Amino acid sequence: MEIPYTVSTRPDTGLWNAKVGIWLFLASEVMLFGGLFSAYIFLRLDAEPGMWPHGLLNVPVGTMNTAILIASSVTVVLAWASLKMRRFSAYWWYMTITILCGVIFLVVKLAYEWPQKFDHFGAFIKKEALEKYEPYLGNHHLEEKGLPPRREISGHLHNHEAMHDPNVKEFEVALDPVNADPTNPANDRPHFFYRQPTDKIAKIEKEDVEYFSMFEPRHSAYFASYFTITGLHGLHVLGGVLVFIYFWLPVGSKLYKTNPEHLANRVEVVGLFWHFVDLVWIFVFPLFYLL
Amino acid sequence: MNNPPDVSPDPSEHEEYAHNVQKHVRAYLMVGATLLAFTGITVALSYVNFGTQKANIAVALLVATFKAGLVAAIFMHLAAEKRLIYRVLIFTGLFVFAMFWLIYLAWYNPIVAPH
Amino acid sequence: MIGIQYGLCGLTFLFFGFSLMMLMRWQLAFPGQALPVIGNALGHFFGPGSMPDGKMTPEFYNSLGAMHGTIMIFLGIVPVAFAAFGNFVVPLQIGAPDMTFPKINAASFWAFGVGGVIMLTSFFVPGGAAKGGWTSYTPLAVVADKGAAFHPFFNGQTLWLVGFIFLITSSLLGAINFITTIIQLRAKGLTWMRLPFFVWSQFVTAFLLVLAFPPLESAIIMQIMDRTADTSFFMPAGMIVNGAPLHISGGGSPLLWQHLFWFLGHPEVYVLILPAFGIVAEILANNSRKPLWGYKSLVFSVLVIGFLSFIVWAHHMWLTGMGSTVSAFFQTTTLLISIPSVIILSAFFISLWGGSIRFNVPMLFATAFLPMFGIGGLTGIPLAFNSADLYLHDTYYIIAHFHYIVAPGTIFALFAGIYYWFPKATGRSMSEFWGKVHFWPSLICMNVIFLPMFLQGMLGMHRRWYDGGQGWSVAGDHTVWGQTGFQWNWWISSAAWIMGLAQIPFIINFFWSIRHGKKTKENPWDATTLEWTSPSPPPHGNFLTPPVAYRGPYEYSLPGRDGDFTMQDEPVQATERLRKPEPEPVHV
Repeated sequence: MEIPYTVSTRPDTGLWNAKVGIWLFLASEVMLFGGLFSAYIFLRLDAEPGMWPHGLLNVPVGTMNTAILIASSVTVVLAWASLKMRRFSAYWWYMTITILCGVIFLVVKLAYEWPQKFDHFGAFIKKEALEKYEPYLGNHHLEEKGLPPRREISGHLHNHEAMHDPNVKEFEVALDPVNADPTNPANDRPHFFYRQPTDKIAKIEKEDVEYFSMFEPRHSAYFASYFTITGLHGLHVLGGVLVFIYFWLPVGSKLYKTNPEHLANRVEVVGLFWHFVDLVWIFVFPLFYLL
Repeated sequence: MNNPPDVSPDPSEHEEYAHNVQKHVRAYLMVGATLLAFTGITVALSYVNFGTQKANIAVALLVATFKAGLVAAIFMHLAAEKRLIYRVLIFTGLFVFAMFWLIYLAWYNPIVAPH
Repeated sequence: MIGIQYGLCGLTFLFFGFSLMMLMRWQLAFPGQALPVIGNALGHFFGPGSMPDGKMTPEFYNSLGAMHGTIMIFLGIVPVAFAAFGNFVVPLQIGAPDMTFPKINAASFWAFGVGGVIMLTSFFVPGGAAKGGWTSYTPLAVVADKGAAFHPFFNGQTLWLVGFIFLITSSLLGAINFITTIIQLRAKGLTWMRLPFFVWSQFVTAFLLVLAFPPLESAIIMQIMDRTADTSFFMPAGMIVNGAPLHISGGGSPLLWQHLFWFLGHPEVYVLILPAFGIVAEILANNSRKPLWGYKSLVFSVLVIGFLSFIVWAHHMWLTGMGSTVSAFFQTTTLLISIPSVIILSAFFISLWGGSIRFNVPMLFATAFLPMFGIGGLTGIPLAFNSADLYLHDTYYIIAHFHYIVAPGTIFALFAGIYYWFPKATGRSMSEFWGKVHFWPSLICMNVIFLPMFLQGMLGMHRRWYDGGQGWSVAGDHTVWGQTGFQWNWWISSAAWIMGLAQIPFIINFFWSIRHGKKTKENPWDATTLEWTSPSPPPHGNFLTPPVAYRGPYEYSLPGRDGDFTMQDEPVQATERLRKPEPEPVHV
């Protein structure tokens, strides 16, 4: 016996099976990302002043990635609409663009954004030593303005061996603009455009440092949350792209010849998943990049 | 608005059916443009100071919720979806909210030791 | 078919987890002594550091404890009660040809297998299996199994986390399948209020799994990051481990883990009990030859339990220093959730009243379930109050409380279900005699094992001491009923081993009856629900013709009918009265 209601709708619910299934799955995904977002909120609320970084991510690149994902959401729903209208070649082209957008998103993230972070160094200064590094932190200036203090000195690390070698007693860092000129009012707020480290070198004694690392997950609760959420989100993007590719290649799209409505339903199901992935990113972007 | 019909119609009515879906296509494109515009607005607003940090966060989240709402309502067809789906999502929303709010309550309502 | 696969694997895991516990009981009764006969062999089997010279190390005891809990719950009961019984019985009871998503079902089973293999292999990596308790509390769970003696990734604690991800995925996929199947594939005429109660209980269980598991999955991902990427989701700043400060950023919170864990943890215990309620309901109605009493209340109660179970979790966290407002909230919801449970249990008891009861083996287990679950549930009430729990938390009282619910509770219901539906799955019945030989010692031993644990707990004996409270007992000389807390261990352990022996007739009966059991007719129990209209075992597609339901699920012993039961797919005759007749007009 064939399983009923895979394509046609059940009269009393008005739904076909996979639609119920995908919404249940999305409900579970809401709970999953909800758990991660909750963790982010609590860790941020509880962070000591100055220990939660701001302005470390590349906003223009993030904005562009957001636009790419939104565009792919539009194209995937147009692909589905084309299937409903039985226009196969329109469907195929829209799918191509959707897949390309997804791939570009991943490439930008994994080949540009993340490596740029892994290359960046930061050291949190111990509370007792904050005065000593005032020229790089500018906390008096911030206090006058009622802004939270700075605890971190970041930039490009010249002597990487300092991270492992106990005999090397200090870090040699080419400072980020915010540490090179901490009292400049322009540096009170994160800049829109991403700025490279300056040429100004600072020497930071290891014994004054509470914690140091590259801009990796271990760096802070901020980066831990950022990499985990965007990493999990990226896995979902990858999953979506792989399924799209399946329905774009002949192996998946040949269903059009025998049962086009079934293919439309399946594309709708993946599309719903894809929109959810876009939805998560709509929240990730302001929370991590802007705030 | 209602969604395009689920079962394919008579081939002879195809033109009219295609035209029907065409109207939805226009809606999708409009929403897409709105979302792109509001992304720019999100970024711009993040540089405006609304007083307190809490207010800034609230504004950003409001815009994000609006965008998410558009995606859910139009792209995911939720505006015209069946009751059952609504019920599932309402319970989900309730439980996410309860999870967050109760943890928040527990977090910020600790036993205070006597000094 | 998948139901049977899940069932056999799950039962195997249950037996393995049970064996781990039998090992633990040796250490508790005879701490520091070598396990006779098999001790040395086990020491070699589990690797160095487990049982040198047959004597259990504390680390190994902790591994046994953590893995016993994990395996029994997630590899034993959830797969058997939910996946096995659900996959096999639910489609038959709703008249469906199959589940809605067979391929996803297969993926779910595959994920379960991978998760199980990972959990089992974790015993054999350097350092052994996870030791941080089945609750894996941070920061211990993050710093455990690290150092020169352990592999940076393939260590027990990390593997536990990874295995868990697969198990959660498996449950999620399965639950989605169940919900969709029950909504979409009910046979014609099978309205919601005509569903057997077993289907309702599986339906709510599936919702609990779909919505409660993911936050734990997110927390597990974060704990994996903490262990492998040195993040500090759950690690506070300033930690010193083995005399040296940890090189982590800090800024995390161990409490966050507890909240996210118990957000699943509490619905999880309802996942363990609701299918058991369903199984018991079917068997009670069938063997008392009476409709279930209070069907509507049962359905309403199970829905309320499902809803409330999401907002009671912090009663597992009374000792974390929560303030009075939030404690009051959770105490209230926890007490409230006991009400529908009592309604369900009462409805079951009342269902027996006035019935002509047949005490076959499924009925023995199902009726035993009632007082056993009653004890388990009622002993939970003091724990709903954070004041009482301050004393009882992490003692043997807790162990006794939840084991009464799960062991002579759920597991008895599972046994009942296996004896009951075995004829449907195989076309043959299991031996009644050996079933009774299985039942009576199991019932007696369950009580000898767990009843004294209440006493031990009230004496103050902690649940994770690896020496069974020997040191504590001597120091304080606490006794109850003439035995110290520690001395009770001897009784408990002996009963545990006898209970292990009592399972052997069941295992032999089960496998022997598959080939040599007495052949049965299609409906050997004279039951009313739809699964008994299909051939035994069911063919591909479950039914020869799609069934149609005309009536409710428990039409037993109704007046004016031929015979003492009417099956659900029996068309309504013109002469039948399905409704109560109009009352006679009163003549003044």
